[in-house]
Amino acid sequence: MYDFAYQKPSSLADAVKALGADPDAKALAGGMTLIPVLKQRLNKPSVVVDLAKLGLVGVSVAGNTVTISGMTTHGAVAADAGLKGKIPSLTELASHIGDEAVRHRGTIGGSLANNDPAADYPAAALALGATIKTDRRSIKADDFFQGMFATALEQGELITAVEFPAPEKGAYEKFRNPASRYAIVGVYVVKTPGGVRVAVTGAGQNGVFRHAAMEQALSANFSPTAIANIVTPSDGLNSDIHASAEYRAHLVGVMAKRAVARAY
Amino acid sequence: MPFEGIGASVRRKEDVRFLSGRGNYTDDINRPGQLYAFIRRSDRPHAKINGIDTVAAAKAPGVVAVYTGADMAADNIGGLPCGWQIHNKDGSPMAEPPHPVIAVGKVRHVGDPVVVVVAETKQAAKDAAELVVIDYQDLPGVASLRDAIAPGAALVHDDVPGNICYDWHIGDKVVVDAAFAGAAKVVKLDLTNNRLIPNAMEPRAAVGEFDGHSGDYTLYTTSQNPHVIRLLMGAFVLHIPENKLRVVAPDVGGGFGSKIYHYAEEAIVTWAAGKLRRPVKWTAERNESFMSDAHGRDHDSTAEMALDASGNFLALRISTLANMGGYLSTFAPCIPTYLYATLLAGVYKTPVIYCEVKAVFTNTVPVDAYRGAGRPEAAFLLERLVDACAYDTKMDRVAIRRQNFIPSDAFPYQTPVALQYDSGNYQATLDACLEAADYAGFEARRSAAAAKGKLRGIGVSTYLEACGIAPSAVVGSLGARAGLYEVANIKVHPTGSVTVYTGTHSHGQGHETTLAQLVCEQLGVPLGQVDVVHGDTGKIPFGMGTYGSRSLAVGGTAMVKAMDKIIAKGKKIAAHLMEASVDDIEFKDNKFTVAGTDKEKSLTDISLAAYVPHNYPIEELEPGLDETAFYDPKNFTFPGGCHIAEVEIDKDTGIVEVVNFVAVDDVGRVINPMIVEGQVQGGVAQGIGQALLEHAVYDDSGQLLSGSMMDYTMPRADDLPNITVGTEITLCTHNPLGVKGCGEVGAIGSPPAIINALVDALKGYGVRHIEMPATPQKLWAIIQGGTPRMAAE
Repeated sequence: MYDFAYQKPSSLADAVKALGADPDAKALAGGMTLIPVLKQRLNKPSVVVDLAKLGLVGVSVAGNTVTISGMTTHGAVAADAGLKGKIPSLTELASHIGDEAVRHRGTIGGSLANNDPAADYPAAALALGATIKTDRRSIKADDFFQGMFATALEQGELITAVEFPAPEKGAYEKFRNPASRYAIVGVYVVKTPGGVRVAVTGAGQNGVFRHAAMEQALSANFSPTAIANIVTPSDGLNSDIHASAEYRAHLVGVMAKRAVARAY
Repeated sequence: MPFEGIGASVRRKEDVRFLSGRGNYTDDINRPGQLYAFIRRSDRPHAKINGIDTVAAAKAPGVVAVYTGADMAADNIGGLPCGWQIHNKDGSPMAEPPHPVIAVGKVRHVGDPVVVVVAETKQAAKDAAELVVIDYQDLPGVASLRDAIAPGAALVHDDVPGNICYDWHIGDKVVVDAAFAGAAKVVKLDLTNNRLIPNAMEPRAAVGEFDGHSGDYTLYTTSQNPHVIRLLMGAFVLHIPENKLRVVAPDVGGGFGSKIYHYAEEAIVTWAAGKLRRPVKWTAERNESFMSDAHGRDHDSTAEMALDASGNFLALRISTLANMGGYLSTFAPCIPTYLYATLLAGVYKTPVIYCEVKAVFTNTVPVDAYRGAGRPEAAFLLERLVDACAYDTKMDRVAIRRQNFIPSDAFPYQTPVALQYDSGNYQATLDACLEAADYAGFEARRSAAAAKGKLRGIGVSTYLEACGIAPSAVVGSLGARAGLYEVANIKVHPTGSVTVYTGTHSHGQGHETTLAQLVCEQLGVPLGQVDVVHGDTGKIPFGMGTYGSRSLAVGGTAMVKAMDKIIAKGKKIAAHLMEASVDDIEFKDNKFTVAGTDKEKSLTDISLAAYVPHNYPIEELEPGLDETAFYDPKNFTFPGGCHIAEVEIDKDTGIVEVVNFVAVDDVGRVINPMIVEGQVQGGVAQGIGQALLEHAVYDDSGQLLSGSMMDYTMPRADDLPNITVGTEITLCTHNPLGVKGCGEVGAIGSPPAIINALVDALKGYGVRHIEMPATPQKLWAIIQGGTPRMAAE
């Protein structure tokens, strides 16, 4: 990696200030993407601002709302009994992110802010209708994701927490890239009193998206057969050495049906 | 004393060191005043170098030197040598273009070294390397075999027309063509053997050192054969005499063939250490491993079998294109010829065989031996072709094999492709494997899987390989530029403990245990009193190293010969001490006895007398108990066996689960059953990796698309089934241990078993062959495109 300055502020205000002042500054959450990128010299930040001392850790349950602080690791989310009682499909999703080492370091805020098109958490936030809390505002998940590695966050804006309303039921099904184990296609299906939400990660060229046709069909009839004949267009889907756009389109249907069948 | 000799599953002596982090790998070695080399590699598949501007880099902080190919040429440094010369059909030698250590004039693959920066720290070297300005003029590249031989294709080497390194053949084409003309049935199959990237756990590394007072060079390197590196680098590249060059290959974390070869970085650090009078270290980053370690496989073949009306094989005709990459790696030319085409008889009595092989240069990383080296390519081709024969003739897959096996009473068996098999029993390994896999009960399991919506299939592979390489005169006549004997030095110390100095090298195989067990067996010395030393030309008389599953058959036999000498000398000493005739002395269980009496002397009594020769036949016998033997094998060894894979395919996604895998191998006499089981399991894991997961993918121009672990799929524990390993032994007849070799059988026998199982699972979909790796997408496409028919067809 290239040389860079390093700061580890102990207040959110100091962190926001350090990041806002310098367009070449980078926030370090769990570092599961940033560190490899730095090691490969693909990024040359002036300063790395480590968020580890901001105290943004923990999961709290209030009524039907679960709030996960931004720096909570995937492992901690996966192991949280309170969350599991409210949204078990979300703890299950967290338990299958990366590997043991990644889950021990990687954070929910880091994952959402990075918005990797093959990451799992964007599907969770979008499907569950989460609200992303930052140092300065609240952003609806529907407004947050703005294309591959792009979000509504402003320069220096930090995710402090993510608020999830508990659904009636839900499930996430993932078809892994055999090499990286990221999602080639991941589909999160959620049933709420207001209707069904279906979010797809891994497949889209612009990152995570909602599947309107499936949502409509499932809202009318929450069963795998309701979406059996829905053809997902391959236009706009990724194609690489592991999976063509057509294969991804097919897998969206398979994963969605499995998620519906398994929703709990 | 617990039994620790031949046949004992003793735990590996070396594992405590490895598991507790006390291994000593090349990157662990740091020498006083050490500098660091970073290599700026080509990011172009094929380009002319118009100029290299190193001025800014040379002035960068911490930089000590910046070298290009021109600097090496100015020092009269030779190119990297090739160790095997193949001759064309017309008798002319193969094309052998220069292989500069650092690129000169042109780059020929992504990863080709272009500039070397040596600095006080690795970071400084890396920073400065970015300041080098290389003026490339891109040239059209060729990556695939078909593109490289197409008319008008770009030339990788300007003086190698058509990119053909050689056009070689074996067998009598006229006789084979005549057999095809008269055959009742001809079965044809086109198939590819996918390119693999080795990915040893430990990346390659090298530390060069020069002693200005003595003029001695030392190279620490991740090598499977330090003496070979000393010979090649000293004699052909850097012109350093052997007495001034020591090569040490300390603990090495996996090789699989990729650490056999003499690589550019070894010459670079040794040469730079001499110029700068300071040690120089280079350690590969993983992305460098992908683009600079020799790759494996990469064949395109057309195979045809001629059969009579009863399904007897009459003749085999093969045409193969083999990818050499951008340059010839050390042993590359022999892999698709003498380690491939000579194996095409397999376990079958096919009377006549013809094979032609064109080796082709492309703008890709050089290709050389990788676990199995030629034999996996042969086994895959043959075992797929035999299944295709069964498919086309509607014969049973097992029956057609049995019918064509070389019978167990036909040994020694001369094949039509040069090799003479000494022993084997192919019916026995097949029977044992069928039983262990419950082959007879398979259809019930297929039906049960179908009820769950899964497509289940079973596949059989009855493979053979040749290892224990090799008789020097034979390989010399075939183009090898080295002998392939092995060397052992056995030192019995004054108080009876033993140190073995072996020319073989352990990089995961467990030699420190297995070879020590040979001493337990033959000399009766407890395992704890036997040490095995390998990997240092400064300690070991000579050796050709470890590859081709040769360490036991060749290196172990050299040990037996050296211990025979120890015992013969010990008998003379014992005869003197016990005042008996040497003819009456017997040696067994660590004791010399006088036949028919109760007189005895332990090995320790004898060794003490040998080193403290107060009462000793000094007039006729030298003191000491220290013997060396060189052993040149009489023949290859021929392990073989049967692998059976059972798979389930998820129809919706194409995901494959290998639900059962059984290997029954004939590896000759087994020294340590636990280590054999581990070796076979590791080999099968790599074979399953090749069949289902691994693929080095280049785009048409020669850019490596699978250049990291993010895109190159190494097999992981959860990709693998529980692997059942059995042995069904016939002894090798030409070495005293009766051993054959077990290091590669798993990787050779398993890929066709997996693909045969997948074709069986998909037999309702009209599929006759599936190329490796059989990825979910590929299988899904077959399921989508094929017309589902009754599975009972």
